Amino acid sequence: MLILGIESATSRVGCAIGGHEGTIASAHSSRGRRHAESLAPQVEFVAEQAGVQLADIGAIAIDIGPGLFTGLRVGVTTALALATTLRIPMIGVTSLDLLAFLVGHTDRMITAAVDARRGEVFHATYQPVPGGVQRITEPAVGKPEELRSAIVAEAADVLIVGDGALAHRHLFEDVSGVEIADEVLAFPSASALVSLAHARAMREEFVRPDEIEPLYLRRPDAVAKWDTASS
Amino acid sequence: MTADRILGIETSCDETAAAVVRRGTDVMSSVVSSQIEIHQRYGGVVPEVASRAHVESIMPVIAQSIVEAGIDDHEIDAIASTHGPGLVGALLVGVSAAKAISLVWDVPFIAMNHLESHLYAAFLEEPDLEMPLVVLLVSGGHTMLIVMEDHLRYRVLGSTLDDAAGEAFDKVARFMDLGYPGGPVIDRLAIDGDPTAIRFPRAMANDGWDFSFSGLKTAVVNHVRKHPDADVNDVAASFQEAVADVLVGKARRAAREVGANGVCLAGGVAANSRLREKTLDVCVEDGYRAFLPSRAMCTDNAAMVAAAAWWRLRADGPSPLDIGANPSLRLPIS
Ligand SMILES: [Zn+2]
Repeated sequence: MLILGIESATSRVGCAIGGHEGTIASAHSSRGRRHAESLAPQVEFVAEQAGVQLADIGAIAIDIGPGLFTGLRVGVTTALALATTLRIPMIGVTSLDLLAFLVGHTDRMITAAVDARRGEVFHATYQPVPGGVQRITEPAVGKPEELRSAIVAEAADVLIVGDGALAHRHLFEDVSGVEIADEVLAFPSASALVSLAHARAMREEFVRPDEIEPLYLRRPDAVAKWDTASS
Repeated sequence: MTADRILGIETSCDETAAAVVRRGTDVMSSVVSSQIEIHQRYGGVVPEVASRAHVESIMPVIAQSIVEAGIDDHEIDAIASTHGPGLVGALLVGVSAAKAISLVWDVPFIAMNHLESHLYAAFLEEPDLEMPLVVLLVSGGHTMLIVMEDHLRYRVLGSTLDDAAGEAFDKVARFMDLGYPGGPVIDRLAIDGDPTAIRFPRAMANDGWDFSFSGLKTAVVNHVRKHPDADVNDVAASFQEAVADVLVGKARRAAREVGANGVCLAGGVAANSRLREKTLDVCVEDGYRAFLPSRAMCTDNAAMVAAAAWWRLRADGPSPLDIGANPSLRLPIS
């Protein structure tokens, strides 16, 4: 089955098409906050490079976040529109799962951290298992200092991956037992998304478009303020 | 290039809308999912809340517009979406959906200007409107006096120097604790009020083409502070009368000056009953046509987007797929 994957949760945006023999074509760009400008041309380009018609695609995989809201929405909306009009199912994967999946070969615990701006990170912790990784904490948002304390308290060897780790490198680099994954692995990639989604597609773990929801993890400021004021 | 049936999409503010319009005039369907209730408690549109709601509604709304049009997907010949002005996060939802669908269906994508779309709302109900027209485009975000000389050819005579007309309604309503949105509430209260009870200022009524509403808003606030037991209906009616006086006064002068065939209202505030009444009165008096689109066509909708897109596609062809949202897009001036 051919899968088209879209990833736009970080400062990058990317698209890939692949199947059982891996990625056939992919594209990505980091042009500031220009996800909306880049994504549709990428979809067109990748389909052309892969030599497939969009009608040949069997499922749409989407990085549902957590990540930067506006970029995330561009990706999710594009994916929803493709899946709905092509009448095909979807596979939603979190950005943190994607990051951990890429470094699954390690024997350390893995902490994936996506830069949430405002001095916070989105994060989750994983342990390597045969053939992949297993998430052992729910995705959360918090101060990197708190994440650091949790890692120190755990006293395990940890590989920390993601642009959230790089943005707060100074907090993690001197913690004993902690290794920071290389910059090339710091962004979720559409290719990784397609491979991960393909494995799920084989297990028929599909969802309908109306079951896909961006994972924001943060309420809009106005909502948070209103709830505080009225409680 | 022409396209018979255009699917229009509108997500510039707090309405998620989709519509199918044939040849720029024949509305086959028009679906609007309003977020008013979601934003009510905050007393105004919260951009992040609006953007999230658009993501949830966009595909169901589009699907419904096609079902209601009674056609199949492949009978859509082009897709148009508002790309500005508006809230950037909200605009991007409509633009992203439209571009993706245009790829799947292999039909042209047209990025539309929201202000231009409002001007075309009138043509949906009155396809043979004759230009030049003076259009008063009044909404929560805009107050503009426009001369539409021909299709796609506009001149902006004036605009607001501070608050938009709809914003003034919202602010006055908020100050008086009347609820949100302010326009419909004040309109309703004014029915039982005396519009001559309080003589609020008519700023810049006789000079130039621009508008200013912040002084009026302050005058209302000061009056209510000084007379805490003033009759709410009288305040509402007097305030509304001042807004309508200024707007219609300028539109009337403009129509005379440019020799217009008629005056047309557009935008959410064009649903205000006193503004409609006054516009009709002066047009009858001066002997030209008044065009007052139905309430559904005044407020944000996607039929107007598809209508304007029919003309844009003919004139400029499709838009490139690498176009984004432009929150401060201006009306294209001829
Ligand atoms: Zn509008």
